[in-house]
Amino acid sequence: MALVTPISRKPLSLVLPVVGAMGAFLGLFVGTSAGSGMTGVIAGAAIVMVLAFIYTQVLKSEPLAKWISRLGMAAAGFVFGGVPGLILGFLFGWLTAWFTFWMYEGRYRRHLLPYLTSGQVLWHYAFRVICGAIFVFLITPILVVMPLSFNAQDFFTFTPEMLRLDPDGYSLKHYADFFGLRSDSNGEWLRSFWNSLLIAPIATILSVSLGTLAAIGLSQSHVPAKRAIMAILISPMIVPLIISATGMFFFYSSMGNWMEDTLGLNKDLVGYIKVVLAHAVLGIPFVIITVTATLVGFDRSLTRAAANMGADPVTTFFRVQMPLILPGVISGGLFAFITSFDEVVVVMFIGSASQKTLPWQMFLGLREQISPTILAVATILVALSIALLITLEMLRRRSERLRGMSPS
Amino acid sequence: MKFTKTLLATTALTVAAGAATAQDMTVVSWGGAYSKSQLKAYHEPYSAKTGINIINDDSSAEAVAKLRAMNEAGNITWDLVDVEAADAIRLCDEGLAIEIDHDAMLAAAPDGTGASADFGSSIVSSCFIPQIVFSTTVGYRTDMVGAEAPTSICALFDLDKYPGKRSLNKRPLANVEWALLCDGVAKEDIYDVLATPEGQDRALAKLDTIKDQVVWWTAGADTPQLLADGEVVMGSTYNGRLFSAIAEQNQPIGMLWDAQMLDFDGWIVPAGLPEDRQKMVMDYLFFATDTQRLADQAAYISYGPARESSAPLVGNHADLGIAMAPHMPTDPANATNVFVTQYEFWADYRDDIDAKFQAWLAK
Repeated sequence: MALVTPISRKPLSLVLPVVGAMGAFLGLFVGTSAGSGMTGVIAGAAIVMVLAFIYTQVLKSEPLAKWISRLGMAAAGFVFGGVPGLILGFLFGWLTAWFTFWMYEGRYRRHLLPYLTSGQVLWHYAFRVICGAIFVFLITPILVVMPLSFNAQDFFTFTPEMLRLDPDGYSLKHYADFFGLRSDSNGEWLRSFWNSLLIAPIATILSVSLGTLAAIGLSQSHVPAKRAIMAILISPMIVPLIISATGMFFFYSSMGNWMEDTLGLNKDLVGYIKVVLAHAVLGIPFVIITVTATLVGFDRSLTRAAANMGADPVTTFFRVQMPLILPGVISGGLFAFITSFDEVVVVMFIGSASQKTLPWQMFLGLREQISPTILAVATILVALSIALLITLEMLRRRSERLRGMSPS
Repeated sequence: MKFTKTLLATTALTVAAGAATAQDMTVVSWGGAYSKSQLKAYHEPYSAKTGINIINDDSSAEAVAKLRAMNEAGNITWDLVDVEAADAIRLCDEGLAIEIDHDAMLAAAPDGTGASADFGSSIVSSCFIPQIVFSTTVGYRTDMVGAEAPTSICALFDLDKYPGKRSLNKRPLANVEWALLCDGVAKEDIYDVLATPEGQDRALAKLDTIKDQVVWWTAGADTPQLLADGEVVMGSTYNGRLFSAIAEQNQPIGMLWDAQMLDFDGWIVPAGLPEDRQKMVMDYLFFATDTQRLADQAAYISYGPARESSAPLVGNHADLGIAMAPHMPTDPANATNVFVTQYEFWADYRDDIDAKFQAWLAK
C-alpha cells in the first residue's frame, strides 16, 4: 500500500497499558515454564512497562534503546537459561523495543486509512492477531513432534539435555528404528509402511474407476431412483465406521473363506484382496461426490457434438468428457488415497497380521509403548506430504505455463 | 455336475493342504517389549529348529472380542493367543478356547515333576497355559519424593508426606485392595470386607481422599511416560514397565514391591482350529513352555517365569548383563507382602464393583 498516514507520538497513558499487555503475554510463557503462570503474567507486564518507560522517557534515542534492549535481555536470558535463554532473551528484547517504539511513535497507523476510528484500528490488528493465532494452533501440534522425534530417550519428553541444545540429548535412533537399522528393531514399521503403500494405491485406482463411472451414470437424466442409489453409494461415508467395519468383517470373512476354499487362493493374497476391497468401498463416496460436482458444470452438448463428428461413446468419454472432469477425478482420488492411507478401524477388523498397515502399527505403538518412533514416522510423513504437494503445485504451474495461462 | 463338484472340492483340498505346508503360524500377543521377549526366547529358536515361520499379531488387547467374532464368522485366523488369566477364564467358559491336559501335552520339569505340579497355582483355568507372573506395583520419582523415599503402598494415600499427582489404573482391581489395606483392614480380611457393599463404599471413600490428585491410566505405557515427564510423583503400573524405565532408560524412578498385585499371563489355543494347525500349535507349546524357555524369557523382560523349576535358571539381562532374579516379582526378597489376584472373587463381584467404581469416577 502506498498510503502513508501522517503519524504522531502517542501519550504514555495509551502506550504503557498496550505494551504491558504484550509483556503479560510473554510473561505467561516464561512463567508457565517456570511453574507459575500468574506470577509470570504480572512480572512480565511490570517489567515491560518499566522498560518501555525507560526507553521512551529516559534514553529517548531509539537505536540506543533497541540495542540495549536486545543485548540486555539476551544477557539476562543467558544467565537464567544458557544458550536457549540467550536466543529467547534476544528475541524478547528485540520484540519489546520494537513494539514500544511502534506504539510510542504511532507507527501502527502509518499504513491505515487516516479517518479510521480507534475502534476500527483496534479491530484491524485484533483480526490479524486472531488469524495468526488460528495458524499457530493448527500448526504447533505438528511442529512440536518434530524436535521430539530426535529425542535420545524413549519417552515423549523434552529432556533437560534437549532444552540445553546439548547434542547428547538428540539422536537419530527412532529413525533408525523405523528403517529397521537398529539391532533391537524388528522391521515391523517398514513392513507396515510398504503394506500401506501397496494397499492405498490399488484401493484408490478401484475407487476412482468405479466412483467416476457411478457419477457419470447417475448424472444421466434417464436413470430411475437416482437419489436412492446415490444415498446407498455414499452411505459408507455416513454410517459410523465401526458399524461398517463390523458388517464388513462378517461379509469378508465368508468371502475370504470361499476364496480360500473354493478358488484355492493363497491366504495372504486373500487378506490383501479383502482389505483393498473394503478400502475401495470407503473411498468411492469421495470420488462420486467430487466427480458429480464437476459434472454439474459439464456441457452435455459437447458429447452430442462429438457423436455428430462420428466419435463412439468410449472415444467421447476419453477424449472429451474425461479431460474436462479430470480435476474432480483427481481430487476425489486424493481423498480416496488419504482415506485408505489413514484408515485404522476397518483394517483392524478385516486384516490379519500380514496386512498390518502403518496407521495400525502407529495405533499399536501408541497403546503398548509410547515410543518416539511414532514421532519419527509422523515427521517423515509430514515431510513426504509437503514434498508431494510442492511437486504437484510445481507441475500444475508448469502445465499452465505450457498451455499459455499465467498462474493466478 | 456332480463330477465337477468333486473335482472342485479335490482341487480346493489339495491347494488348502499346499497352503498349510507353507508352515505359517499366527501368534497373537501384546506387542512392544513383551512380544520382543517372546520373539527372542521362543519364536526364533523354534523357527530355527523347525523352519516354521511365526507371524506376530499384536492384538491381545482385543483378543476376547475378536475371538468371539471369528467364532461367529467361522473363520479362525489365529493359532495361539497370549491373554491375561482373567481373559483365559472367560474364553474357556465361553468355549472359545480348548481345554488342555497339562501333564500330557506339556513338558515335565527337568527333575521329572509333572507340568501341572510345576506350574502349580498359576493354572487358573483348564484352558490356560501359564507363561509369566507379573505384578501391578507402584513407581515414584526419586527426585520428587523428598529425603525419605516411600517404602509402603500407603504412600499413595499420604498427600501430606508425598504431595503431588499420582496415576492409578482406571479400573478397581488393585486400587480397592490397596485402599482397604491403607484404611486399616487386615490383609487376610480384605476380600471379606470387599464382598460387602459397606466395604466397597469404604474402599471408594479412601480413594476419594486422593481423587483430585489422581491421573487415571488405561495403557501400561502411561505411567512410565507420566513419571518420565515429572507430571506425577508416583503411579501404579506393571513391574516390567518400571524395570525398563529404571534400568534400561535410566530414568530417576524408584519402585515399591510392597503389596504388589500378582497376576498371570499365558497362552490359550482357540477352539475350532483344523486338526493339522492345532497339532502344530501343540508342538510349539511343548517347546515354548518348557523350563529352560520360560527362564530364557526373563533375560529380555522382568517378568517371572510361571514354572517353579525355571526360577533357579533365570540368568542375566541380555543387553545390560545385570542379574535378573532380583527383579522378578516372585523373588523372595520382593515377595514379602503380595496380593495374588483373586479370580473367583472378581468373577463374582466384578460387575458390582466396576459399576460402583465407574459411578464414583464420574461423580
